[in-house]
Amino acid sequence: MKHKTLGTGAIVLAAALLAAGPALAQQKVKIGFITTLSGPQGVVGEYMRNSVELALDHLGRKMAGLDVEVIYGDDQVKADVGKQVADEMLKKHQVDFVAGIIWSNVMLAVAPTVTDAGKFMIGTNAGPHELAGKMCNELFFTTSWQNDDTPEAMGKVMQDQGITDVYVMAPNYAAGKDMVNGFKRSYKGRIVDEVYTRLGQTDYQAELSQLRSKNPKAVFVFYPGGMGISFLRQYSEAGLRGQFPLYSVYTVDEISIPAIKHAALGQYETRYWSPDLKNPANQKYVSDYRRKFGKMPVFYGAQSYDGILLIDSAVRAVKGNLADKKGMIAAMRKADFASTRGKFSYNTNHFPIQNFYLLKTVTGPAGQDPVMEIQKTVFTNHRDSYAKECPMK
Amino acid sequence: MNLFLVLEQTLNGLQLGVMLFLMAAGLTLVFGIMNLVNLAHGSFYMVGAYLATYFYQATGSYLLGVLLALAGTLVVGVAVELVALRTLYDRGHLDQVLATFGLILFFNELAAILWGRAAIYTTLPDYLTGHVELFAGLRYPLYRLVIIAVGLAVAGLLWFVVARTRLGMLIRAGASNRAMVAALGVNVRLLYTLVFGFGAALAGLAGLMSGPIHVVQPGMGELILIEVLVVIVIGGIGSIRGALAGALIVGMADTLGRAFVRPMLATVLSPSAADAAGPALASMLIYLLMAIVLALKPQGLFPARA
Repeated sequence: MKHKTLGTGAIVLAAALLAAGPALAQQKVKIGFITTLSGPQGVVGEYMRNSVELALDHLGRKMAGLDVEVIYGDDQVKADVGKQVADEMLKKHQVDFVAGIIWSNVMLAVAPTVTDAGKFMIGTNAGPHELAGKMCNELFFTTSWQNDDTPEAMGKVMQDQGITDVYVMAPNYAAGKDMVNGFKRSYKGRIVDEVYTRLGQTDYQAELSQLRSKNPKAVFVFYPGGMGISFLRQYSEAGLRGQFPLYSVYTVDEISIPAIKHAALGQYETRYWSPDLKNPANQKYVSDYRRKFGKMPVFYGAQSYDGILLIDSAVRAVKGNLADKKGMIAAMRKADFASTRGKFSYNTNHFPIQNFYLLKTVTGPAGQDPVMEIQKTVFTNHRDSYAKECPMK
Repeated sequence: MNLFLVLEQTLNGLQLGVMLFLMAAGLTLVFGIMNLVNLAHGSFYMVGAYLATYFYQATGSYLLGVLLALAGTLVVGVAVELVALRTLYDRGHLDQVLATFGLILFFNELAAILWGRAAIYTTLPDYLTGHVELFAGLRYPLYRLVIIAVGLAVAGLLWFVVARTRLGMLIRAGASNRAMVAALGVNVRLLYTLVFGFGAALAGLAGLMSGPIHVVQPGMGELILIEVLVVIVIGGIGSIRGALAGALIVGMADTLGRAFVRPMLATVLSPSAADAAGPALASMLIYLLMAIVLALKPQGLFPARA
């Protein structure tokens, strides 16, 4: 059963559908943007869509003089729905680019559909290792990261600090195991225990009791979305915050901080981007996002903003000749645009070679929520571990 | 595995159990008495959590917020019964499933429009935070103890109402033979509305208590609803006693399973096999339990109609 988001979502969608009439007089750049717009995870899609709109505003809604049309699609966190939406965009709307995708399982279904149809797939979040390695494709680019990168950075931080006896927790699904594997690639110390919980679990009291009984020196977790909010609240409530230092990836972000406030204070995360990253493109993005939408942006949004700018850089390079695929691939490989993460380059598998930072949640300005701040650079120009399996040169 | 840990996990199981009971009590009565499958029961859980958060922030008093939220959920429940569900009593279960699924979508979108899709900030007053030293070496969060106490108190109250009052007698009679109750001149419609409203308020109570430690966001009710359905199937549909027994069994089995299945498997299997099988088995445990109960006693452990 499919249901459409109400309010602005429906209006934007309706406008997009109406605009996509059969006879188009002039040439346009058409982008299909797939994300999650309904259900509890719809909030992530909202930040991504807002950032796409902001990028279009900054570009004056034109690329190389051509009008730009973005068609939004809702994958409902389901791989089959994502593939159907992508098919519809390719066949009915005749898009030139498909972008977006939050979830790795959805990405693995959508990316081959798009590249097999000879169109560009611009990932703006999910980075499954298959697409970085054996399944890499010249028409696939991502403005995010490979899944293992971020936990590798956190593993290095904890390794460098000489932390031992770490207790590891993650949800019991593919990405949970990937994150722990990435962590273990750079953290070589002793792991007290590795606990996998049910995906979507809301109560962690039983696991926290077990954790306390094992008396570890530190804790590493991966709990994205609502799971992170529950976990952090209960970690604080159980009095573990002062007892065992907590390190995490994709658990605390600008979406969850307004819901947990002080329970996030002191939390360490690693990430390739942060709102306080000092470069003109990022400062413009963050301040304009806050002005237009009244909230702090989040990394999901920064990646989506970058995705639109990446497409713009390619369209400009071929002077709007969208049939020139070779020219656009060559242009994208240069990563020649003002990215919110600062200057970066593309690896041979079309995943970014970029820096990773250690972030800490600290008290925000008076009367406002806590904010995440960069503490130090963990990796400089980090390459993912799968590029060598990719046959592209 | 030390004794304190087992004791602590038992408390955790009890706490999960009473939460499930608050949800299951309303659902099982509605199912048993009105023969209505109400998938939207989780929505009242969500409504309770949102209203309590809203009223706590608006009034500055936690207790006042709780009372207003309970009253609010009761009103919402009665309104839903009067507007939407009245027309469904004579229809088949599939129609009811479809209609109440629609109500889920309606309430989730309504919450998203009013409060946004992101999880909202919920907190507890200072006097409910912190932990209690039960024994030397066993610290337990105070709030979880309060949840257990409230849950057990409500269970006691429900028992009193159902077993010792005239209203309870009608509810029991309704659960065993609806047609006869109506034939005796009881206003069954009013009884239905009352039962439905109080069932909703109980779900709201579970929701508002879980708000500060879980996530308050659209769709939060559906996460717990599946476990609640398992509870009423195990306990026996329409039976409060069954709901209590089922809730405690499911709460204990789920908690102890999550805590101890993997360590126990590790003593008989290789560590890697235990790592793979442990979490999978622990999350299946309550469904296995349900399957066993269904096979041995298809009516549940404490069927309402003997």
